[in-house]
Amino acid sequence: MVTRIELGFLNGYAPSWAERIVEGSALVLGYPVAAVELEMELPRYYSADRGQYNATLILAGLLRYHSDPESKIVGITRVDLFIPVLTFVFGQAQLDGPGALVSTHRLRNEYYGLPRDRERLVERTIKEVVHEAGHSFGLVHCQDYSCVMHAATYVEDVDLKSSRFCASCESQLQKDAIRPRETV
Amino acid sequence: MKNGKKILIVDDEMSVRNSLREWFLEDGFAVETAEDGNAALQRMHSGPYDIVIIDLKMPGMDGITLERRIREIDKDAAIIILTAFASVETAVEALKLGAFDYVTKPVDPDELSNTVRNALKQRQLEAENTRLKAKVSELTLPSPIIGDSSRMRRVLDMISTVAGTDANVVIRGESGTGKELIARAIHSQSERRFFPIVAVNCGSIPETLLESELFGHEKGAFTGAQYRRKGKIELAHGGTLFLDEIGDIPTKMQVDLLRVLETRRFHRLGGNQEITSDFRLVCATNRDLEALIEEGSFREDLYYRINVFVIDLPPLRDRPEDIPALTRHFIEKYAHAMGKPVKEISPEVEALLVSYAWPGNVRELENAVERAMVIGREPSVQPEDLPVPLARSDAEPEGSTLAAIERRHIERVLRAEQGNITRAAAALGIDRGTLYNKLRRYDIERT
Repeated sequence: MVTRIELGFLNGYAPSWAERIVEGSALVLGYPVAAVELEMELPRYYSADRGQYNATLILAGLLRYHSDPESKIVGITRVDLFIPVLTFVFGQAQLDGPGALVSTHRLRNEYYGLPRDRERLVERTIKEVVHEAGHSFGLVHCQDYSCVMHAATYVEDVDLKSSRFCASCESQLQKDAIRPRETV
Repeated sequence: MKNGKKILIVDDEMSVRNSLREWFLEDGFAVETAEDGNAALQRMHSGPYDIVIIDLKMPGMDGITLERRIREIDKDAAIIILTAFASVETAVEALKLGAFDYVTKPVDPDELSNTVRNALKQRQLEAENTRLKAKVSELTLPSPIIGDSSRMRRVLDMISTVAGTDANVVIRGESGTGKELIARAIHSQSERRFFPIVAVNCGSIPETLLESELFGHEKGAFTGAQYRRKGKIELAHGGTLFLDEIGDIPTKMQVDLLRVLETRRFHRLGGNQEITSDFRLVCATNRDLEALIEEGSFREDLYYRINVFVIDLPPLRDRPEDIPALTRHFIEKYAHAMGKPVKEISPEVEALLVSYAWPGNVRELENAVERAMVIGREPSVQPEDLPVPLARSDAEPEGSTLAAIERRHIERVLRAEQGNITRAAAALGIDRGTLYNKLRRYDIERT
């Protein structure tokens, strides 16, 4: 049974708002969430052709830090991620597996030539952490536009959905995870 | 929640297979992968997939060849071609083979999601379309044509031959032989079956109304024309126009009809707008059109325009061997409609039905059966349930000539002797040569 979630900030990525991500995701997921600092050899996962980092390989490397079967690990990085067939991904997860990965690279307003917006970045990062963690609990994409498990292929999609699970995903989580959740 | 759809990913690169697999698993698909064409074909044999994503460039069997081979196994799977080497030629070739779309690696996540979503939507619409077409076919299926006599088999052959063409057809036959049924059978077997068959009985509509009935009218075209109304010709667009009793159409209308048949264009009464209607014409008549031409009441040019393919429907008296099957068919029809049990036909009643001349043809037989089903109280049809002229054992059609009576008598004896000429001639008290001459003269078949 899963009893806690670790948020692994990769390679010195220590934003001042990290604690807000911990609190926000814990509130929705209903598990104790703790921030940890992780050092990985990120350059090994860099693709010079694409100028991006391979999310699949980083996730595989991240799982080497995971040894406690009662926990899940969600890595957070600021580098731009791709998987071989797609131009980019906001994150990646092992469906019903121990780990997930989120990039804040394309969650920043500056990436789109817009003024910096700290609040918006925090909000988007919480949604993506919860979304990828949801996959690791076995949830698939949801048709409900407001559900945090709704697929987002543009940052606008991330803004449109809420950070909460819809009733259907919530009940699926309760059924499958049997977790010691606190009321959200 | 899982979406219940199955995807097969075919790519020689493991990283691509795995990343697509993860991506579609998160979308709720059941995902299977194959590393080359042969493995993909094996998977295709073991189960249908909603979507197959194929890499164009693979060692061994390339994506285009694989697509062709998959089409031989499953023509309905939506195929999406994936390649790092996009070119217009390969894209066109893939699409010509029926691929749904073509995406280039690396693909934008939104583009991939939309392509897959649209492919599923199209597949669903195609499946729905197939279901609806089957339903329409089922609902528009005409009543079955009953008859295994050689003459009816010939008619059925002619229907099959002409249905697939767009040729105009004239169905000739006495009243009650089922000319409209034949017209509907032609329509239902034609490519136009998903469009309407519009029937007009030219003999039952007064001349003053027939023009408006056929061509339609604009509002105010004549007194009482309060609304615009489409005519039957316009309503038959895409389908079949069935003009029953074409021999009764007034001479003035024949000119107008000929013009429409030549151009497929016409005006509504009182209208200026030229209307085009693409229809196939099937006509029926119980009159001798050649004789009408002789007497000047039917235009020869219209005759040649409509008379491309002729089907002669035999009167029921010329195919008595079909009477038992027709009777059973009508008994089942009315038993079902009236909620009654299906009745048997006693040998006595069958003999009466077969020996009767049926001047009103199949329609008269149907009415007789309906009557028997209404009034009959026994589990089988009794002679007294039949209409009076039929119930008489010596029933003969009124107004028969001596030749007609002789013909029917020969037919009856032949049937009783199962077509044996020697025995039939002996029963008739004539020699075999005389019987052969009479068979030729009356065009009687031995069966």
